[in-house]
Amino acid sequence: MSNKTNNLRGVFINGIFNENPTFRLVLGTCPTIAVTTSAINGIGMGLAATFVLIGSNMVISLLRKFIPNKVRIPAFIVVICTFVTIVQMLMQAYLPSLYESLGIFIPLIVVNCIILARAEAFAAKNDVLHSAVDGIGMGLGFTLAITLIGIIREMLGAGTVFGNQVMGAGFEPMLLLVLAPGGFIVYGLLLGIINAISTRRASKKSKEVKTA
Amino acid sequence: MKLAVSSGPHILTRETTQTLMLDVIIALIPTVAAGIYIFGSRAALVLAISVFSSVLFEFIWRKALKKSLTIKDLSAVVTGLLIGLNLPSSVPLWMPVLASALAIILAKQLFGGLGHNFMNPALFARAVLLASWPLHMTSYNLPQRVFFGSSAPTGVDTLASATPLINSSGLSMQDLLLGNIPGSIGEVCKIAIIIGFLYLLFTKTITWEVPVSFIGTVALLGWLLGEDPVRYLLTGGVLFGAVFMATDYVTNPVQRIGQFIFGVLCGVIVVVIRKYGGYPEGVTYAILFMNCITPLIDRYSKKKIYGEVKKNVQ
Repeated sequence: MSNKTNNLRGVFINGIFNENPTFRLVLGTCPTIAVTTSAINGIGMGLAATFVLIGSNMVISLLRKFIPNKVRIPAFIVVICTFVTIVQMLMQAYLPSLYESLGIFIPLIVVNCIILARAEAFAAKNDVLHSAVDGIGMGLGFTLAITLIGIIREMLGAGTVFGNQVMGAGFEPMLLLVLAPGGFIVYGLLLGIINAISTRRASKKSKEVKTA
Repeated sequence: MKLAVSSGPHILTRETTQTLMLDVIIALIPTVAAGIYIFGSRAALVLAISVFSSVLFEFIWRKALKKSLTIKDLSAVVTGLLIGLNLPSSVPLWMPVLASALAIILAKQLFGGLGHNFMNPALFARAVLLASWPLHMTSYNLPQRVFFGSSAPTGVDTLASATPLINSSGLSMQDLLLGNIPGSIGEVCKIAIIIGFLYLLFTKTITWEVPVSFIGTVALLGWLLGEDPVRYLLTGGVLFGAVFMATDYVTNPVQRIGQFIFGVLCGVIVVVIRKYGGYPEGVTYAILFMNCITPLIDRYSKKKIYGEVKKNVQ
């Protein structure tokens, strides 16, 4: 039993760190670059995708023995579409301003490759509980990553974080960062930093193994 | 007698990165001098800050990553000078510092240093500043001093003015040539740029293909679209861009035919942006765009190697 809970924790942590969809798997780069012009957009997009991810992972896991292998991709897409439609309607009803600012990218969650990738790589092979935890882990990993990008871009590009002024009065916002090139540049730099840290860690570990 | 045994090639050149960069710096001297004369001490300050901070960022970055120090190849000095010359003299003084950091670290060193950058670092910095702080980048000081007592308007600091690209009717041809006009520090004095161009050609630092095809295309297309071709060249940054920015070795096609294509397409993009785009000037974006497709041009302008058999012969 303890082994199983351990495994669940592993699945959860995996989505946030080792296989962070944004920084390690480099999936879902379209919303990552497009919607992260502000921190609130990042969080909104992340949570919406997390909801879809958990729901679709669970349903696909439940249906994994009924779905014929040949038509599994269309079947997965139908399941994902269902959840995206729910999210879209909920957002439109209760968070109209966020709905406005995310715009086309909410329906585009359907083609977010994180969700299809997790359905294909995880939910189609694992039980419901593990699939749900994987959805939570991956979703939170995605949310954390794009919120971080959103915070950086909003802070330097508009001088605010979550809409609150954080930069001094003399600060002149660097408009480029809230434009498309800023998304590419910030994402690229963060990827580079994280890769540099993980290669350094890996080389340290291999050294330790050698000396031991 | 001492005999050295080595494999070929045996003919050595004295040309190094350092001597090439030194030639570029010498070619830039007239432009720098004219810019400082026209826009006064403020221009000198902007240039000094951009050169100093470029070299400093190069030093810090190479030192921090424990790589060989490359300050002595003078490429950072050239980048710094080009950054400064691409700015209006009225910019706040943090802008040349930030531009140097962007050019040296983001556009050059992150890709592996000199020779590995895929776009011109100075122009990349200018494009970032232009997109981020358009107001600072497009309000120009009027000349403080003018050559040969011209009747062109002069002014005090901080007096902003539009680029003559929008309306150059009040300016005589002589003023346009000598640089008695508002603009970025380096782009105004065309005579100085032409002197620099001739020096670069004479010392074989650059070949004629890129500047001539670039400038020729802009003139030709401008003329076809109903502009006075000479005036069209003398306003804005085409001359400066074609001579000093587009000819950067690293971001240029290798073959001469490729360089010619590069120049022509640069010219086409400049005219398209000027005529149909949202900006009055498009030299920066034209060159950056062409930098990005330089590998493609290289691939298609590759010379056939003698003796190579064509594959898939029917």
